Amino acid sequence: MTDERRDIDDHSGIETTGHSWDGIKELNNPLPRWWLYIWYATIAWAIVYMIFMPALPALPGLGTNTTGLRNHSDRDLVAVAVADLKAARVDQSATLLEASLEEIETDRNLQQFALAMGESLFGDNCATCHGAGGRGAVGYPSLADDVWLWDGTLDGIEFTLRHGIRHDGDDETRFSIMPAFGRDGLLNAAEVGALSQHVLMLAGREADVEEAKIGAGLFSIHCATCHGDMGQGDRTQGAPNLTDTEWLYGDSEGEIYATIYNARNSHMPAWQDRLDDASIKALAVYVHTLGGGE
Amino acid sequence: MTTNQLSVRTGNNSSIIGVSAVLGIFLLFALLMMAFAKDAGMGTQALTFLVLGGGLFIGIGMWAGSLIDRDPFDESRYEDTLVKFGVAASMFWGLAGLLVGVIIALQLTWPSVFYFPEFGWTNFGRLRPLHTSAVIFAFGGNVLLATSFYVVQRTCRTRLAGGMWPWFVFWGYQIFIFLAATGYLLGITQSKEYAEPEWYVDLWLTLVWVVYLLVFLGTLWKRKEPHIYVANWFYLSFIVTIAMLHIVNNLSIPVSLTGSKSVQVFAGVQDAMTQWWYGHNAVGFFLTTGFLAIMYYFIPKRVNRPVYSYRLSIVHFWSLIFIYIWAGPHHLHYTALPQWAQTLGMTFSIMLWMPSWGGMINGVMTLSGAWDKLRTDPVVRMMVVSLAFYGMSTFEGPLMSVRAVNSLSHYTEWGIGHVHSGALGWVGYISFGALYCLVPWLYKRKGLFSKSLVEWHFWISTIGIIFYMVSMWFAGIMEGLMWRAYNEYGFLEYSFVETVEAKHISYIIRMLGGLLYFSGAAIMAYNLIRTALGHGEATELETATDPYAKPEPRAALAPAE
Repeated sequence: MTDERRDIDDHSGIETTGHSWDGIKELNNPLPRWWLYIWYATIAWAIVYMIFMPALPALPGLGTNTTGLRNHSDRDLVAVAVADLKAARVDQSATLLEASLEEIETDRNLQQFALAMGESLFGDNCATCHGAGGRGAVGYPSLADDVWLWDGTLDGIEFTLRHGIRHDGDDETRFSIMPAFGRDGLLNAAEVGALSQHVLMLAGREADVEEAKIGAGLFSIHCATCHGDMGQGDRTQGAPNLTDTEWLYGDSEGEIYATIYNARNSHMPAWQDRLDDASIKALAVYVHTLGGGE
Repeated sequence: MTTNQLSVRTGNNSSIIGVSAVLGIFLLFALLMMAFAKDAGMGTQALTFLVLGGGLFIGIGMWAGSLIDRDPFDESRYEDTLVKFGVAASMFWGLAGLLVGVIIALQLTWPSVFYFPEFGWTNFGRLRPLHTSAVIFAFGGNVLLATSFYVVQRTCRTRLAGGMWPWFVFWGYQIFIFLAATGYLLGITQSKEYAEPEWYVDLWLTLVWVVYLLVFLGTLWKRKEPHIYVANWFYLSFIVTIAMLHIVNNLSIPVSLTGSKSVQVFAGVQDAMTQWWYGHNAVGFFLTTGFLAIMYYFIPKRVNRPVYSYRLSIVHFWSLIFIYIWAGPHHLHYTALPQWAQTLGMTFSIMLWMPSWGGMINGVMTLSGAWDKLRTDPVVRMMVVSLAFYGMSTFEGPLMSVRAVNSLSHYTEWGIGHVHSGALGWVGYISFGALYCLVPWLYKRKGLFSKSLVEWHFWISTIGIIFYMVSMWFAGIMEGLMWRAYNEYGFLEYSFVETVEAKHISYIIRMLGGLLYFSGAAIMAYNLIRTALGHGEATELETATDPYAKPEPRAALAPAE
């Protein structure tokens, strides 16, 4: 626009562009030098980076994408890193697979390796249910104590890990079913109540003596086959000891009643479908050392 | 309808018939879709449209019927009533969006307490897009609609083009927000971040947006200024680019014409790249150029100083829009995306740093000669602090786009912190500044109801932003380091759940930060309502002393009543 006169801003002494929009004018300041030079520097840096690193796609005539002066490729580097790690672990993994518990416990380096591997695997695969450090939760057994539902030896733990508990699709899975006494009509509500009183008494807790007497009779008929005459449990069929203070589903009268009425029968997956042999062995060693491995 | 009255007048009144006709056609579609809906979600959505659109249709009819001997689109007056509606909508959606943000922050902090499985719609997965869409598109979008309609009229010295059509844009956009928001709660989503609405909502928005573009272009076309002001370049780049991004990223084929589900045209890494081309440029052209337009009008206007450098505004505008569009791949570092594309995204992000800062320099330096206003006018302070946050996030962004930095920061809370320093600090504060300016100007008040409430808003919100940013930086860098920690045998040091547990305190602080920010916005809403009502210091302005309606030497338009 060819303005008849130059418009100078009073405050700064800088010329404006001569237009005004709703009272807003614009000064004609030059680009800040520092701004311009930093911008040029970033552009120069970008060009250098593109020369050294993959930067152009497989344009016609190029065949493949450019790989730059550094011939850099993320995918190749990852493949190398994974192969290196596998190579570094192959010896220790093989030793771990062969070793017995005694050997693992005496070979300090092997034990440390197994525990490091087991801890890492446990955190990402097991802790979701069994809690960090295997502390357990309602319905998910604590692995940090010496109370075992099933076999607590190293081999026994490894077997459980491989085949799971009540896992469909594994013929060797640890399996037992407690009937839902109330729900399936095997016992009526009063009988389940009496049985609950007897179970409370087995655990050394306060209970209604009269009811418990009736319950004791029912217990020997319906429960003792698995849980034992004295309620001491049977690990070969995963029947919990009812005389201790550990209760998987809560120790209140109501929870015990609910367990007898509905049964529980929880599941654990068979991990041999998902983890390799060395991983399962390492997990078994880790779980074994958590608390009361036998 | 009162066709006899309408037929008396010509010109712009045809827009009333046009809007009614388009709305009527879509109402028929909605009726058909409701009748033949393939899923319950679609039925509810169609019903929602029928209720809202039907209400609008009847409203237009009744309003048009009352127009005896009054031209509603008087060319000698600005269309300011629409801007008032936009300001009200901005405040409403802003509060709603921020509140949902606080709720989902609570859910992340205490997931077992704020979990209601019997009410599926309260699930984090549904509320999270509700929050992002509400703050970006409902709050941010309405601020952009309101300010762009205000600014383009003033800087072109002409009334909005299109008669009734700008109103169609406004109400059509509110219907889009309602459909999207209720759709999320019903579980209807196409699972694309910031583009969750399904195909039929996308189509409706496309129509609304194209009308928006035409209204804006039409207003520029009939301008009475020889040149187009810089704010309008920014608004135009925002409108045009969002149209392009929206259409391409939402290319999909409906499973059924009366069902809510659709299938994306792109698949795999092409889909990911399209999505982040969209996602990144939504940040660039919605949250950056749109709000820079606000800055270019409201800062010079409020401090009454000329824009610092015309030359800088040209160079940084063109460099910003040219470079921004290539930077999207930096969202996909170390993924299946070919490495050359990652290089492209990273290098363009680095080159974007200075073009972004051009806007900050131009805004802050516009205060030269009026620095005292930082102390005396909390509204100016809010807008300048917004530029500081803008500068900080547009430095942090290129930094995080560097692949080595990204390998630590990606997928962590650092990203959340980065987004919110930009969203709360830059977008939020420049919007609040504009709203604090607009309400007294629109309602012709001497000032705001209470300046000290603005001070309260400013400080409460600023503390909130700092809580938010610092806690998320801390949490993000910590979890990034925990994820990559290996023990001496090469096994991961921490399980994932341990890294989540470690963030608990940060989550509490973040939630408090969000609560403070929400409280500040609530104070603003109260202050603005009292201002509009003319309470406190917001006394009626005598037109003669109105510094903002001062007649231009070339005879300006009068603001509408």
